[in-house]
Amino acid sequence: MNLTLFVWRQKNADAQGGFERYEISDVSEDSSFLETLDMLNLRLVESGQPTVAFEHDCREGICGSCSMSINGRPHGPKKLTTACQLHMRNYKDGDVIYVEPFRARAFPVVKDLVVDRSAFDRIQQAGGYVSVNTGAAPEANANAIEKDKADEAFDAAACIGCGACVAACPNGSAMLFTAAKVTHLSLLPQGQPERSARVLDMVHTMDAEMFGGCTNHGECQEACPKGISIKYISQLNRDFLSSTVKKALSLRGKMQSQ
Amino acid sequence: MGLVREFYRSTVGKKMAMALSGIVLVLFVLGHMAGNLKIFAGVDLATGDYKIDDYGRFLRAMGAEMLGHSGVLWIVRVVLLACVVIHALTGIQLASLNRRAKPVGYEVRSYRSANAASLTMLYGGLFLMVFITYHILHFTTGTVHFRGFVEGEVYSNVYSAFQNYGIAGFYVVAMALLALHLYHGTWSMFQTLGVDTPRWNKGIRTAAKIVAVAMFLGFSSVPVGISIGALPAPIAQAGTN
Repeated sequence: MNLTLFVWRQKNADAQGGFERYEISDVSEDSSFLETLDMLNLRLVESGQPTVAFEHDCREGICGSCSMSINGRPHGPKKLTTACQLHMRNYKDGDVIYVEPFRARAFPVVKDLVVDRSAFDRIQQAGGYVSVNTGAAPEANANAIEKDKADEAFDAAACIGCGACVAACPNGSAMLFTAAKVTHLSLLPQGQPERSARVLDMVHTMDAEMFGGCTNHGECQEACPKGISIKYISQLNRDFLSSTVKKALSLRGKMQSQ
Repeated sequence: MGLVREFYRSTVGKKMAMALSGIVLVLFVLGHMAGNLKIFAGVDLATGDYKIDDYGRFLRAMGAEMLGHSGVLWIVRVVLLACVVIHALTGIQLASLNRRAKPVGYEVRSYRSANAASLTMLYGGLFLMVFITYHILHFTTGTVHFRGFVEGEVYSNVYSAFQNYGIAGFYVVAMALLALHLYHGTWSMFQTLGVDTPRWNKGIRTAAKIVAVAMFLGFSSVPVGISIGALPAPIAQAGTN
């Protein structure tokens, strides 16, 4: 099939970007979207033009690198699918496709379709971990975890940190990502010691990284290639409130003795 | 106080302030709508007064033994005003934060679940502030009534105001926008406060729809009813208040 691509080209973070039009012919319907971009790049090399920069790693839908919006939708039109797993059979001959980097202030463009998503790493570093004592491995069956709890934690842990939620959100909010990272630990016994500090620290870091606030549009859940539900955002809100109350009632510190 | 400030500084805390003030405002609007329907109750045969006029007197006399005339009414007014101020200021703050967080949009925009209600919360809210101001000057103080406003004569004030199709139409449009605001807001506050769960979600979504539709129909029934002549012209009141 023959396609018309409008690809966002931007030399570096400070440069002014713009769309470049490319006509691309003989695209196989069995190739993936990234393979189509590979093909485009081959042709650009042949004609001595600079290639389109885009991020990719595993190409099997689990690394979360392919941060591009296709016709305004992060990872393209297909639900539960990353751009690398999006096949060209979803398009038809003559289609016009706009390819843009993920848009959010917290994700500055590095080059063309590559954005800097290290803000996610900093949210994660603020509390997305559990303390594990070194030494002998604990007895595997010592911590009983209910099946439905384990499943729920696993659903949240399926987050690959691709940033599609932020890209899809009209507010550039990272609530779905933060909620998934907070909740998959706070549902499990191993996550309890840091539970309160985790949610407070991660939310404050999220705000400090200049992500927007959640206004419950629900776009993130639609865009998420791993199908993470906004129920985790509700859970995060609940945890944030109870952790604030817990902190207020904490016994840390000293009292005056009158 | 440090903790409260820290809580409010976060976007999640701000959203909760919006949700809590929103709950108060939704409950007030529901009560207001139910009270308005008294206009259809007609005249109290024993006294010859309109039931809605009696209801207005009741609201002012409520708790008079303890707090004096209009005492309770003023407390309610102050609480409502505080909620409106919190709701509006926080809403504007969040909207400007959100706008800064998304400085560049997409060339092609296709929403999948964001809808007219969720995308217009800021504009709807700003419009409602203008509307509420007009509405208070219109029916509470009578400043912009211009059609023989008499304090306390609710029925005749409302009847004469809605003789003008323009004013009646404006109220109906305003109520449609209120319904849109409430449709997103009512569900949204449960989600923001963390009360929403997959088990409750369907019920909360349905309740939000019912609230929005009921609010639109209930409020609009008054200007529409008067415009189409379903309500009789006011009779001269037997006793003045």
